[in-house]
Amino acid sequence: MSQVTEYSEKVMDHFKNPRNVGEIENPAGVGTVGNAVCGDIMRMYLDIDDKGVIRDARFKTFGCGAAIATSSMATELVRGKTVQEALEVTNKAVMEALDGLPPVKIHCSLLAEQAIHAALWDYAQKNNIKIEGLKPPVNDINETKEFYEMGGK
Amino acid sequence: MNKLIYLDNAATTRVLPDISAAMSPYSEELFGNPASAYTFSGNINCKVDEARRVIADFIGAGPKEIFFTGGGSESDNWALKGLAFSLRDRGRHIITSKIEHHAVLHTCEFLEKIGYDITYLDVDSNGFISLDRLEKAIRPDTILISIMFANNEIGTIEPVKEIGRIAHEHGVLFHTDAVQAYGHVKIDVNDMNIDLLSVSGHKINGPKGIGFLYIRSGIRIEPLIHGGSQERGLRGGTTNVPGIIGLAKATEIAGAGLADRADYEIGLRDRLIERIEKEIPYVLLNGDRRQRLPNNVSFCFRFIEGESLLILLDENGICASSGSACTSGSLDPSHVLLAIGRPHEIAHGSLRLTLSDETTKEDIDYTVDSLKKIITRLREMSPLYEDFIRKQEAAS
Repeated sequence: MSQVTEYSEKVMDHFKNPRNVGEIENPAGVGTVGNAVCGDIMRMYLDIDDKGVIRDARFKTFGCGAAIATSSMATELVRGKTVQEALEVTNKAVMEALDGLPPVKIHCSLLAEQAIHAALWDYAQKNNIKIEGLKPPVNDINETKEFYEMGGK
Repeated sequence: MNKLIYLDNAATTRVLPDISAAMSPYSEELFGNPASAYTFSGNINCKVDEARRVIADFIGAGPKEIFFTGGGSESDNWALKGLAFSLRDRGRHIITSKIEHHAVLHTCEFLEKIGYDITYLDVDSNGFISLDRLEKAIRPDTILISIMFANNEIGTIEPVKEIGRIAHEHGVLFHTDAVQAYGHVKIDVNDMNIDLLSVSGHKINGPKGIGFLYIRSGIRIEPLIHGGSQERGLRGGTTNVPGIIGLAKATEIAGAGLADRADYEIGLRDRLIERIEKEIPYVLLNGDRRQRLPNNVSFCFRFIEGESLLILLDENGICASSGSACTSGSLDPSHVLLAIGRPHEIAHGSLRLTLSDETTKEDIDYTVDSLKKIITRLREMSPLYEDFIRKQEAAS
């Protein structure tokens, strides 16, 4: 399989020119998901203002081209959104925004969704608030039901 | 992207013009089936015999011990399955190693499914099997030892002659997958106690789809491909004349320049290794430094993942390969890197660069310069690197 020919132009663009790479000092929320054993770790930093609007999102990712591209796209999609709106940035939304992913890489988009959720969970914990519909983050994506449903093993 | 820097010669090589030229008459003009009765075909058959002799001479074998196949994987499959079937009444135990090519490993797994017992020997951190453990693994029902000549990922050259000696002392046959070694290092099947040897043409500037299995005379083996009387009745299928002519020409060229080419490649290989180790921090060389294929360089770059590295190298016009899960199409990184003790997260950051005699010093330097930039860029993005640096700062 040639990675270069299986990725969409958008995936290649977000991999080669990733948006919002980096850290945020004293972030409102930060979350790390994934597993080094499987070769993907995503860390998402969020800066959230008093009105609950995401002002900035940054990421660091250890992983393949798709993992880096989905992280980049996820930060783009949540910026400027409210916390509630950010919850709707699902793996499907990330994938669609990237014009799709090769089947073996779909789990990367799930990782991006989980990274957003993990950062929001951290924000909620720090501020002692409850975000409707948000579940505690899973550390190991490979143990989630969704991962198995996507053909992961 | 200007120039293509091809550093994946362990994957495949280009067919040299002289080899193409030697092959070309056998497609359009001398197309006859060598098995046919008329003179037109008989002359072609003579050319096939000549090719067989060139190849046999190169490894110190007789022409009747060379059996042409469709390539390395077929040769490995044939050696293992063919002997498993022919020797099934003598025993059902085979010894191999954990770092074999999948053509051997998956064949062994198949044989396990149908009732054979396989011992997979561990290797040390440089990729060597233990001769002591090999000897202890031999049982009365052991029929075959199959250990590769040189590893395709990390380049380590196994102690083949000693393995063969131990096998013969115990009356066991010895097969070696020499796909990466043939034409790169000297092979003598008698001196090295080899009973069966697998070779592929396209790794030495020959065509794809041709290879051979050397089978020491007197060994009884079942065919893998049943069919016509080709290859002395042991491998059916119309003789691949252009492929055979190409393989012989490739053998001739590789053989004539073997020592010079090895010297040249070792010079570049060691320059590449030295520069990477000196100029890029947190790297691990995979495989043995000395007992190593002349053209193989394999590293793990910590805190990064191999597929990202390959795509960015590609952007710089550099073709290479990796043992990361994402490049293998599975979720696990290379079984070879795991077998030499690399943890999963480090094995994911592997890179293999395999040179040829057409690689230049400029190519090597450009590759290191590109690597330095790419590794820095990927580490700046890596949460593993961030955590590592934080821990270091906290400790100091």
